[in-house]
Amino acid sequence: MDWITTVDHKKIAILYLWAGGLFFGIGGLEAILIRIQLIKPMNDFLDAQTFNELITMHGTTMIFLGVMPVIFALMNAVIPLQIGARDVAFPFLNALGFWTFLFGGILLNLSWIMGGAPDAGWTSYAPLSSSTYSTTHGVDFYTIGLQIAGLGTLIGGINFLATIITMRAPGMSYMRMPMFAWTTFITSAIILFAFPAITVGLVLLTFDRILGANFFEVGGGGSPVLWQHIFWIFGHPEVYILILPAFGIISEVIPTFSRKRLFGYSSMVFATILIAFLGFMVWAHHMFTTGLGPVANALFSVSTMLIAVPTGIKIFNWLFTMWGGQVRFTTPNLFAAGFIPTFTMGGVTGVMLASAPADFQFHDTYFVVAHFHYVIVGGLVLGLFAGLHYWWPKMFGRMLSESLGKWTFWTFIIGFHMTFFVQHFLGLMGMQRRVFTYLPNQQFDLLNLVSTIGAFLMGVGMIIFLINIYLTSRKPADASNDPWEDGRTLEWTIPSPPPEYNFKQTPLVRGIDAFWKEKTAGHTAMTPAEPVGSIHMPSATAIPFVMSVGIFIAGLGFMFSRDEFGNALMSFLFNNYIVTAIGLLITFGAMLIRSLYDDHGWHIEPEELEGR
Amino acid sequence: MTTAHAEAANGTLPHEPERATAEGRNKVLAFWLFLGGEAVLFGTLFATFLALRNQTNGGPSANELFHLPLVAAATFILLVSSLTSVFAIQAMHRNNIAQLRNWLILTVLLGLGFLGLEIYEFSVYVRHEEFGMTTSAFSSAFYTLVGFHGAHVAFGIAWISLLIGQLSYKGLTVVTAPKIYVSAMYWHFIDVVWVFIFTVVYLLGKVG
Ligand code: HEM
Ligand SMILES: [Cu+2]
Repeated sequence: MDWITTVDHKKIAILYLWAGGLFFGIGGLEAILIRIQLIKPMNDFLDAQTFNELITMHGTTMIFLGVMPVIFALMNAVIPLQIGARDVAFPFLNALGFWTFLFGGILLNLSWIMGGAPDAGWTSYAPLSSSTYSTTHGVDFYTIGLQIAGLGTLIGGINFLATIITMRAPGMSYMRMPMFAWTTFITSAIILFAFPAITVGLVLLTFDRILGANFFEVGGGGSPVLWQHIFWIFGHPEVYILILPAFGIISEVIPTFSRKRLFGYSSMVFATILIAFLGFMVWAHHMFTTGLGPVANALFSVSTMLIAVPTGIKIFNWLFTMWGGQVRFTTPNLFAAGFIPTFTMGGVTGVMLASAPADFQFHDTYFVVAHFHYVIVGGLVLGLFAGLHYWWPKMFGRMLSESLGKWTFWTFIIGFHMTFFVQHFLGLMGMQRRVFTYLPNQQFDLLNLVSTIGAFLMGVGMIIFLINIYLTSRKPADASNDPWEDGRTLEWTIPSPPPEYNFKQTPLVRGIDAFWKEKTAGHTAMTPAEPVGSIHMPSATAIPFVMSVGIFIAGLGFMFSRDEFGNALMSFLFNNYIVTAIGLLITFGAMLIRSLYDDHGWHIEPEELEGR
Repeated sequence: MTTAHAEAANGTLPHEPERATAEGRNKVLAFWLFLGGEAVLFGTLFATFLALRNQTNGGPSANELFHLPLVAAATFILLVSSLTSVFAIQAMHRNNIAQLRNWLILTVLLGLGFLGLEIYEFSVYVRHEEFGMTTSAFSSAFYTLVGFHGAHVAFGIAWISLLIGQLSYKGLTVVTAPKIYVSAMYWHFIDVVWVFIFTVVYLLGKVG
């Protein structure tokens, strides 16, 4: 119950972590099944339809329901602490964002048991995704599930923007903000400007499928290429929504374990902004082969390659930070160090793909699959592992085991390279992506076998990580404020895990790496910016949960509105949009209650604060 | 946190009550951000419409369909409602609750008038011109863009009506003022969107 009504950012972080972990597990299982199917030529382990459903759900689940919430988990756990705030700007919205995400994700995954998962690829290209070619409810689950989950992401993005703009501790100017706070800020801005585009795209596709509209139906005058534009104008920025937080994590971990300031802090900030800006200019590099013409292809090709410049700046800054530092290879830092070469390789294949004539060869082959897994798994997932190991003691008060952490790292990274390195060659040799089998004796056999073994090894790494979590959770919560001993930022100045009000007194920030600055001046704690006083807290509430349940019901109702049911009552309820209306009534009713009864919250008084 | 209800009556309410508390300021800021997202949303819908506006699939075209006097009347009504919502906020800044309420009621009534005209317009198209959601890519894009805007208007009407209700039993406080202010921002936004719809959908449909 506590978990359903909580509005505390630290608890919401944990909710995001478990939910994201769950979906990550489902996506991982789907990946293993895909790799088993491809272990040998002409395998009949899966049929073509199931294979299509698996690749679609794997991609969709991983991107929208797996890594995004883990990113949000770390942001929620860390950002208010790093900027010296007692909470996010809108605790209620924070909870609402989580619950809409979760119910969207559940809706999407219900498709497995309710008559067929989405099968048109995670990009849902029309006309494959039209009701002509995708006849189950699969793509409806995709459009409506993602719509609901996307709402949660958008809410989260606005919340973090407002939080970072208004709730920084005194003295923390923008140019003194930790890099993870910066990348969260920029990521949230990208979310704000990219997600509404996919919102519209999903609405249009829903209308095509459920209301018989003609947006992407060539027969009615529509255009499938329009879908690709809308999808990628969201989709390319989305990959920066994923990678920028990882950049932020790496920029926290490397300085801590090098006992050095981040090299080129201001160039890091501007590189981040530049990447975000360019990210919106390059979407059509996913569409070189749709026939946009040589001029458009050339322009998008050049603008894409430009992104390599700020990205390169970042890579060199991390290397220069380690250079001459007192580097300690703790588990978080191992992951951070592993991130750098792996992500760089993904960037290099990206530049190769960005060359339009070359892309005509690579497009829709395993070369593309290798590229994006190098950036997303070799980049983002390694970054998330670094962040999770790094902040785990702050979130839970317990240090993860270092030796198991190293085992996780080595099995995962070796498995990763085994899985995806060979896929570059499979792609160059012409193996197509999204096809459920291949013929023998095209020299695909051995490399596919290697790839599948690698995937299992990654799975082993994940299991070791889970064991580590389990064993750690049975140890006493005795982590100190600054368990890595070289913490540089504000989250390391308060207990692990932090009390629900975070800071007894808001700290005064006197420079970049505020805590480190005090340490070098010989202080062991921050100078407070205010006297101890009464702290205002928001009250817990189940309204966000109820609102999300309502949206979930409305989504299901709309999806089945054109179905025929054996049961007369069911037909009546669904075909007349009554279920949809009930769902919306629940949501708006809850909103109404929220608006009528002002939530004045409660206070923690100074005596209580001292009494600890 | 203030719980006072009758601050306006006591004359203790500050000049800009919507910005008097940190929460109020946060709300206004977040709403600006939200409108940024809404702008992208409508931008995408406009782009879609522009891409598909000549794809009539043998059905009616914009030129045959649109009846400008009706749309001009709707436009006029909506623009006036923006003005009345400005007056409402000015009344709020003078702490004049009665005037605030009256201007808000007028805004809602004008919004209802606009919505009525739009529903009438759609029903004519559907019943007499055989122009429905499924007719063509143009019709899909038209109903989606204009209908989305209409849904925003409907939501705005419901929202402001509720705030009028709250105003009469909670009064004007530093809690209700930001809500009213933000709803006025929203109302202006949908007005601006309508100006674009009038130009891009209707005027361009008639001449181009
Ligand atoms: C220097 C940086 C990068 C460049 C130049 C680049 C370039 C490209 C190009 C040209 C494609 C299209 C390939 C094709 O479909 O034929 C592509 C695909 C892709 N990229 Fe990147 N990329 C870069 C970084 C990233 C990052 C950082 C991510 C994610 C975190 C990413 C994720 C993806 C994904 C998911 C696809 C495949 C989409 C699909 O078809 O399913 N890329 N990249
Ligand atoms: Cu891209």
